[in-house]
Amino acid sequence: MLGYPAHFGQMECVRMIASPRYSEKRVGYLGAMMLLDEKQDASLLITNSIKNDLSNSNQYIQSLALCTLACMGSAEMCRDLAPEIDRLLRASNSYIKKKAALCAVHIVRKVHDLGELFTKAARSLLTEKNHGVVHGAVVLITELCERNSETLERFRKTVPDLVQIMKGLVISGYSPDHDVAGISDPFLQVRILRLLRILGRNNEAASDAMNDLLAQVATNTDSTKTVGNAVLYETVLTVLDIKSESGLRVLAVNILGRFLLNNDRNIRYIAMTSLQKIVGTDHNAVQRHRGTIVDCLKDQDASVKRRALELSLALVSASNIRSMMKELLSFLSSCPPELRSQTASGIFNAAERYAPSQRWHIDTILHVLTTAGGDVRDETVPNLIQLITNTSELHCYTVHKLYRALLSDISQQPLVQVACWCIGEYGDLLLRGECQETEPVQVHRAQQTLVFPSANSDCDPVNPLTAPLSLHNSTPDSRIRSIVSIYGSCIDVELQQRAVEYNALFKKYDHMRAAVLERMPVIEKNSQGHTNGETIKESQTVKVKPGEPQQPANQVCDLLDLLGGSEQPLQPSPALGSAAPPIPVSTPNTVGGDLLDLLGGLEPTPITPVATVTVYEKDGVTVTLGCEKQSDSGLTVTLTASNSTESDIRGFTLQAAVPKSVQLHMKAPSGDSLPARGAAKVTQMVVLNNPNKVNLKMRLRISYTSQGSAVQDTVQIDSFPGLGQ
Amino acid sequence: MRFMLLFSRQGKLRLQKWYTATAERDKKKMVRELMQIVLARKPKMCSFLEWRDLKIVYKRYASLYFCCAIEEQDNELITLEVIHRFVELLDKYFGSVCELDIIFNFEKAYFILDEFLMGGEIQDTSKKSVLKAIEQADLLQEVSWASELT
Repeated sequence: MLGYPAHFGQMECVRMIASPRYSEKRVGYLGAMMLLDEKQDASLLITNSIKNDLSNSNQYIQSLALCTLACMGSAEMCRDLAPEIDRLLRASNSYIKKKAALCAVHIVRKVHDLGELFTKAARSLLTEKNHGVVHGAVVLITELCERNSETLERFRKTVPDLVQIMKGLVISGYSPDHDVAGISDPFLQVRILRLLRILGRNNEAASDAMNDLLAQVATNTDSTKTVGNAVLYETVLTVLDIKSESGLRVLAVNILGRFLLNNDRNIRYIAMTSLQKIVGTDHNAVQRHRGTIVDCLKDQDASVKRRALELSLALVSASNIRSMMKELLSFLSSCPPELRSQTASGIFNAAERYAPSQRWHIDTILHVLTTAGGDVRDETVPNLIQLITNTSELHCYTVHKLYRALLSDISQQPLVQVACWCIGEYGDLLLRGECQETEPVQVHRAQQTLVFPSANSDCDPVNPLTAPLSLHNSTPDSRIRSIVSIYGSCIDVELQQRAVEYNALFKKYDHMRAAVLERMPVIEKNSQGHTNGETIKESQTVKVKPGEPQQPANQVCDLLDLLGGSEQPLQPSPALGSAAPPIPVSTPNTVGGDLLDLLGGLEPTPITPVATVTVYEKDGVTVTLGCEKQSDSGLTVTLTASNSTESDIRGFTLQAAVPKSVQLHMKAPSGDSLPARGAAKVTQMVVLNNPNKVNLKMRLRISYTSQGSAVQDTVQIDSFPGLGQ
Repeated sequence: MRFMLLFSRQGKLRLQKWYTATAERDKKKMVRELMQIVLARKPKMCSFLEWRDLKIVYKRYASLYFCCAIEEQDNELITLEVIHRFVELLDKYFGSVCELDIIFNFEKAYFILDEFLMGGEIQDTSKKSVLKAIEQADLLQEVSWASELT
């Protein structure tokens, strides 16, 4: 009680309640309400006392009991005493009736089934004169209707009565008892309006009956004081919720518009809350007030700002995108931190839907990243990168802007990531571009500054190191190599690993470096939001592991991955330790089908009806294919390779690609070297599963090293022997 | 209404009335949180705020904050009026009420509140009848004290 522990008081309360004296009862009941709640066992002890007191001749004692029951009555107590309450609802004076009604409300809230008990009594109470009783009755009926739809149907018949009562209140003259600032009994008015809302919802007939009344209340109520506004507010809510006629709706929206212009912040707040609810349905009506709403963005109060923000974002449309975005961006720079991420995501969504041009879109996103980079969502970075790659004409412009932004402020991580990536990819454009004063030196220095701070934070280290590498590709500079080697001994394990890998790329596989680091092609948009961009990066970096015999194959692997994520073709042999990253299952890519054509050089192989067929024969290397049907849709293909040249062949690998719906699983080959003159063969098993029975095709890539030079070739297999077309 | 709190500017709770069954521990937590939020607000700010799944309506009268938690479908503006009516009742009863009156006569403040609101809803919309009822109850109390002495 008031912050001090008071367990000892519980039993005292019980004792006092049982006492015959009013003073003790009063304090006892108060104590019970404060200290006991339904979870305490002692509360059961007072049930009997309450029961007795409910039938006491003194109404004040009755009221104490009712009050206590309504405040802390548990479900059992309610069940026990419900009949008593019902009795009191019918036959007592108005003082007790009104209290009994509210007690019944509590009972219904606690034990829903008991609602049935009070329905009849509630109906009859509506006709009473006493405002308190009517108010209690309206609250009780509201509660009953909200819980049970049948009761709701039954009470629809009371709509005319309610309308009558309201009319009486609105039109009647000054009544000193219930008047508040010129409004006659606003509490009762609000309650009745709320009940009308519930009764009129989804019901034409009931809504029609209230139309006149609502119009009358809306026009006659004085709105200079809060009280009047409270009634108007409730009226507006009701009008918008029931099936009202359009004239009335327009009236309601106009009232809300008036509220928006009110000086009182509270009124503006609730106006915006209500407008938020109808912005979906009455969009145009709300658009008219856009100016005021946008002004509210500059309000001092955080709640008002939040409402204004939500409403502004909902009001953005193709026609007003430019002006709205200006407002939203200026809001972003001055808004409180808790609203930042919401604003940023809202801006992105709006920009995505209504961007008038690509350049504007990129500008907007960059602006957001520079002002509130820390608060944007993670998928913003890949989305932006994708957007940038898709607008090839703006590459130069974009990279210049990013570079300049980076020079001024390096703290925003998403910005750094995007900038890194872009500078890496389009660094040559940066140097070649209009920006004449930018020298390679400066760019590389920028790279250095990028890498150093990122190494200290725990942000993605891949980017800063990959970017200089890509840059090196286009504009070779020995300094980049030295930067990368520095990180070979970095404390951060990931950074170190990457650095070592990249170093290896420089040293051992220099011939491949150009191909590996060439510019990314346009990224296909994945419906998942997880773009191929991420996979590509991963596959690129993961593949660069020094000492792997399958190097050439991996580089090719990347190229194939780039163009079609949905194909599961590239399965380098398990000996590699499944370096291929899990490719996300994406929506069918049209590119997938093109994959097979893209690699070029279709060599139609002759269809031979023998079980094994030679699919490739060139430069002394022969590959034959044999297949066996395992099941209805399963097929095992055996590829055998032999070497008839004079020199040994090393690093022999086979890679296979199949159409989309076919599943492919390559088993480990027997070896990877083919000794000269066919001394030994290499076999590899491939298990195919063709559940959709599509036309089975396979593209085979053969790669090997012979006499110190790498050879690669592709062959397409259109028919499989033993399959029966 | 879910609950009503009265607390001073220094963060001392003067009155709390809970209209739903809540565990003691939760009550304390909620009170602490709310007091922090409301006391941090500047004078000219909006009287309404959102907290958890409830709407909070608060108003400052002199050194006391009157804070009500209402549900989604309740009318905020009328709740402000309810708060005002309660203050008027206290004022009429104590005669120009101040925080000290409520500190020293908290039980009377509760009696008034219980006569005015029940289960979170207004019992009687007429100020006069509420005051009259309290007056009568007080008289009854006096009588029972008197009969005890004789």
